[in-house]
Amino acid sequence: MAMDRREFLKLTGYAALLGAGGKGAFELLAPGEAEAQLKSVPLTAGKKWGMVLNVSKLNDAVMDKCIEACHRTHNVPNIGNPKDEVKWLWKETYEHTFPGQEHEYTAEKYHGRNLLVLCNHCTNPPCARACPTKATWKREDGVVMMDMHRCIGCRFCMAACPYGARSFNWGDPRLAPKELNANFPTNPDYPTRTKGVVEKCNFCAERIAAGQLPACVEAANAVVAGAMIFGDLDAAGSEIRTVLREHYSIRRKSELGTGPNIYYIV
Amino acid sequence: MYDRGKIIIGLIIGLGLFLFPFYYNKGEAKKVPEAVLTDKAKAAKQCIEPKEFMRTDHMKMLDEWREGVVRDANRYYKSGDNKSYFMSLQVTCMECHSNKSKFCDQCHNYLGVAPYCWDCHIEPKENK
Amino acid sequence: MLEKALKGSQAYWGWLLVLVIMIGAGFVTYLYQFSEGLRITGMSRDVSWGFYIGQLTYFVGVAASGVMVVLPYYLHDFKAFGRITILGEFLAVASIVMCGLFVMVDLGNIPRMLNIVLYPNPTSILFWDMIVLNMYLLLNIVIGWNVLSAEKKGMHYPKWVKTLIYISIPWAFSIHTVTAFLYAGLPGRHYWLTAIMAARFLSSAFASGPAILILICMIVRKVSKFDPGEVQIRTLGGIVTYAMILNVFFFLLEIFTAFYSQIPGHMHPIVYLFAGLDGYDKLVPWMWTAAFFGIASVVMLIIPSVRRNLKTLTIACICIVIATWIDKGFGLVIGGFIPNPFERVFEYWPTTPEIVISMGVWATGFFVLTVLYKIAVAVKTEAAGLE
Repeated sequence: MAMDRREFLKLTGYAALLGAGGKGAFELLAPGEAEAQLKSVPLTAGKKWGMVLNVSKLNDAVMDKCIEACHRTHNVPNIGNPKDEVKWLWKETYEHTFPGQEHEYTAEKYHGRNLLVLCNHCTNPPCARACPTKATWKREDGVVMMDMHRCIGCRFCMAACPYGARSFNWGDPRLAPKELNANFPTNPDYPTRTKGVVEKCNFCAERIAAGQLPACVEAANAVVAGAMIFGDLDAAGSEIRTVLREHYSIRRKSELGTGPNIYYIV
Repeated sequence: MYDRGKIIIGLIIGLGLFLFPFYYNKGEAKKVPEAVLTDKAKAAKQCIEPKEFMRTDHMKMLDEWREGVVRDANRYYKSGDNKSYFMSLQVTCMECHSNKSKFCDQCHNYLGVAPYCWDCHIEPKENK
Repeated sequence: MLEKALKGSQAYWGWLLVLVIMIGAGFVTYLYQFSEGLRITGMSRDVSWGFYIGQLTYFVGVAASGVMVVLPYYLHDFKAFGRITILGEFLAVASIVMCGLFVMVDLGNIPRMLNIVLYPNPTSILFWDMIVLNMYLLLNIVIGWNVLSAEKKGMHYPKWVKTLIYISIPWAFSIHTVTAFLYAGLPGRHYWLTAIMAARFLSSAFASGPAILILICMIVRKVSKFDPGEVQIRTLGGIVTYAMILNVFFFLLEIFTAFYSQIPGHMHPIVYLFAGLDGYDKLVPWMWTAAFFGIASVVMLIIPSVRRNLKTLTIACICIVIATWIDKGFGLVIGGFIPNPFERVFEYWPTTPEIVISMGVWATGFFVLTVLYKIAVAVKTEAAGLE
């Protein structure tokens, strides 16, 4: 059969496409395989998670407990220097948390007062927009999630975040100074990270999937009831919505349109 | 042929390098690995899926697990015999196979495979 | 045509050897970085991009500048530039190679590099940057190689090359616009959040790139029998002049907006760079050096007699490279991160391993440039000899 080179290439191309598409079609048409995987409806489906921080109830002692709970639960290492440090939840002063809000006559009780800061799990997150591999993305339930398996460590998300919420593993977290990290890893049921990936607060995705409160909220409320409230912003009757309805709340850098979901009742 | 001397020398060196693994290891057939099950694993009679499936496909399954848990918020796996398992290498798999060095590492080392899972996922503490 | 790079003088081989040694040192240091992690650099939680990304930005600009030779020749029939379009295209190739390498050495997890192709995110500017930069590299390699080998054979290049050339002209503008978009769309970084970021990038690119091309042409004149041409070099000088004036003008526009509006977020990064903030002032002498050389170069280039004299033009170009390199390769990235989102200052300075790795990347770029230019010059001198 006489066939010129162009004809042959066309034929091979179509065959390859068909082959690739054919396999996909086969998998779609063969039921059972897909159904066999029980897709349990996660407890977080249909929710819009948010958090309220009751600043007046959070003193340094409580906040330290929250930070310890968070970092212990997630094996966050203490690197010991501000250059390479990794932190998911930490304290920052009122002036630096809300730059531009402070003035000469700021009330005494806010002057230099520490607040808790963490990832805001924004409704419109610039970090998720920026990530080239979707290693960070906004879940339907509102959590801005990190996929450590996919992160290539480009740190574009760190540049994009207007809140400085993200940390990078500049070195191997397991090699953090032993004197600062007794019993590392502190939680054998949760992985550590490897060097070269970005990490941040994940709203305790693994805990809320099991119906538990985030570690920091649980720790805070064990000391002072109502210090931190975590809940579904979409449920009009939820505790978090009630609290937000009844108290004045502010968010960090709300003028940027990121829609942060961490509310501070100052 | 041109440059006969250089070519023959090159061929000898090339063949020597190529055949190096064979004559270096001659007479030393490496022992086929024996994966040791823990008492807990033996008592369970079968893993999440049958042994043959696990042998060939555990890597693929773990890959699907990590996509499911992290990206799809889907934490439960339905096995072939309709049981539901919590998808976690550290918590589920290693609960039975806690003797990593006598189990997982046996085949991995033999085949020269170094899965990077353990860079992040914590290996179970072994006593020996 | 590659065989033309295999015949050279002792100086040529000596230069390549020096570059190979630098590449080796950079590579070995990179292996150290690969095993230790990026903590061996000066980057920190607050300044999470540093020298590597600054250099990437600078060399995307140099790559884009090839269009300043291609455009007048192909769109406006400025025949004189026909002699040096290949030099512009090959400079673009070497620059993009350096850009790609700077990205790679900056990645935290380079084995996963292909994730950006396997799991692309179209909302990410980094994704588009990867596409446009790689396409531009491919365009310049294909165009340059085909035009050069046609010239070698004494023929006209095939028609489809013309189509690619026409595409490469707006594409050159796009690569630097997309790179500017990396910075200009981030809501939290006030130094970068400006509509004229792309315009500043382009003007800086069209000043620095042709300036580097002029310097390279002067070297080519000295070490080979090929003369890029005085008319060509002088015209490039004119382009550099206009571009640098624009560049300085755009920067002054930024100063006005920041300081007339008196908005702290706009002012603070510039204050940090030029006066220091909270007592931190590592970059102050560098930025003023850049300002001095920038102004000096504009003053020199405006005067026609200075611009036309090849010796003083060379000096002016060196001033331009110093000024633009500090401004874009250094001040730009760091100024975006300082002060941090909490209005605190955490300073950055590149470490020695970081510099050695960067030198390895520069050496790779110069190696590619040397080899490509050797081929181009050899072909052109032969072609000239034949005529």
